[in-house]
Amino acid sequence: MAQANPTNTLEPVPLPEGVQGIVSDWSSDQRAFKNVPWGKAMMWIFLLSDTFIFSSFLISYMTVRMSTTEPWPNVSEVFALTLFGRKIPLILIAIMTFVLISSSGTMAMAVKFGYEKNKRMTFILLLITAALGATFVGMQAFEWTKLIVDEGIRPWGNPLGAAQFGSTFFMITGFHGTHVSIGVIFLLIVAAKVIRGDLDHERPGFLTGRKGKYEIVEIMGLYWHFVDLVWVFIFAVFYLW
Amino acid sequence: MAHVEGQQHPIGIYLKIWGLLFVLSAMSYAVDYFHFQGYLRWFLIIVFMLLKAGLIVAVFMHMMWERLALMYAILVPTLLLMVLLGIGALEADYTFLTRGVFFMRQLL
Repeated sequence: MAQANPTNTLEPVPLPEGVQGIVSDWSSDQRAFKNVPWGKAMMWIFLLSDTFIFSSFLISYMTVRMSTTEPWPNVSEVFALTLFGRKIPLILIAIMTFVLISSSGTMAMAVKFGYEKNKRMTFILLLITAALGATFVGMQAFEWTKLIVDEGIRPWGNPLGAAQFGSTFFMITGFHGTHVSIGVIFLLIVAAKVIRGDLDHERPGFLTGRKGKYEIVEIMGLYWHFVDLVWVFIFAVFYLW
Repeated sequence: MAHVEGQQHPIGIYLKIWGLLFVLSAMSYAVDYFHFQGYLRWFLIIVFMLLKAGLIVAVFMHMMWERLALMYAILVPTLLLMVLLGIGALEADYTFLTRGVFFMRQLL
């Protein structure tokens, strides 16, 4: 029985593409998400659940706004700022949008330099991303202070119109701001791991005990881009409606 | 070198998308600044919103380079939210109607 051992040929079998690829990836006892580290797949699943949470908030906001008989406050004027002696509508929110998009850009580049194992550039870009995120949260704190102290807006009512304005505003932007704040903390943790060389030397993580790898920069990036993604929807349906 | 499961793309694409997102954000801000109203306002807001969301997910989150199995696992359930959106809109219209009837009776 002298047969050639077929396992000797170590040529990797190419994975089928398209719909056939979906079927073959999902069938049999095997990992469904090929070419993706499990941590990244899990982050995607988490982000999917978070999508449903934020969508529930935004759809509830739509429902209460459409059903209220009180007039909705003029959002464009509520969030206007007086700059250089001129009242500019919605300018603070526009600046916050640009800050968050910029942080997404630096994060994407941090992921790229991470996979190139460029420790210094990854560290610097992660710090810039964290700084932009902190700036965003700071501006949001300023916005909340202005609304609560100067305009007298409360979750249960406000002098400008429908009470639902305050409740949905604080709920949605508060939940989003919490996500940004948690993201900033995790960016700083990942940045520290990068510059200490934990990922180069595959040192086990403090919490999980798993080997350090540069894929954690990409997983961090997925979370951060998601925070930016949610802001795109909040900006469109809350501030521009 | 061992098999690397990572996403490596030239830096240029990130910078281009970054610039594009800036332009799209500026345009959606312009919709408010120049006081577009009615269906045109809605159309522009939704188009810019979906374009920005698509660019972030496709390029920054690397979804366009993933296999279809992951793409469908994440994107198809999201589409179900359209049902919730429809239910919310129906419910809101009904609530608005009943509130209108109730407050009218009080006035009479």
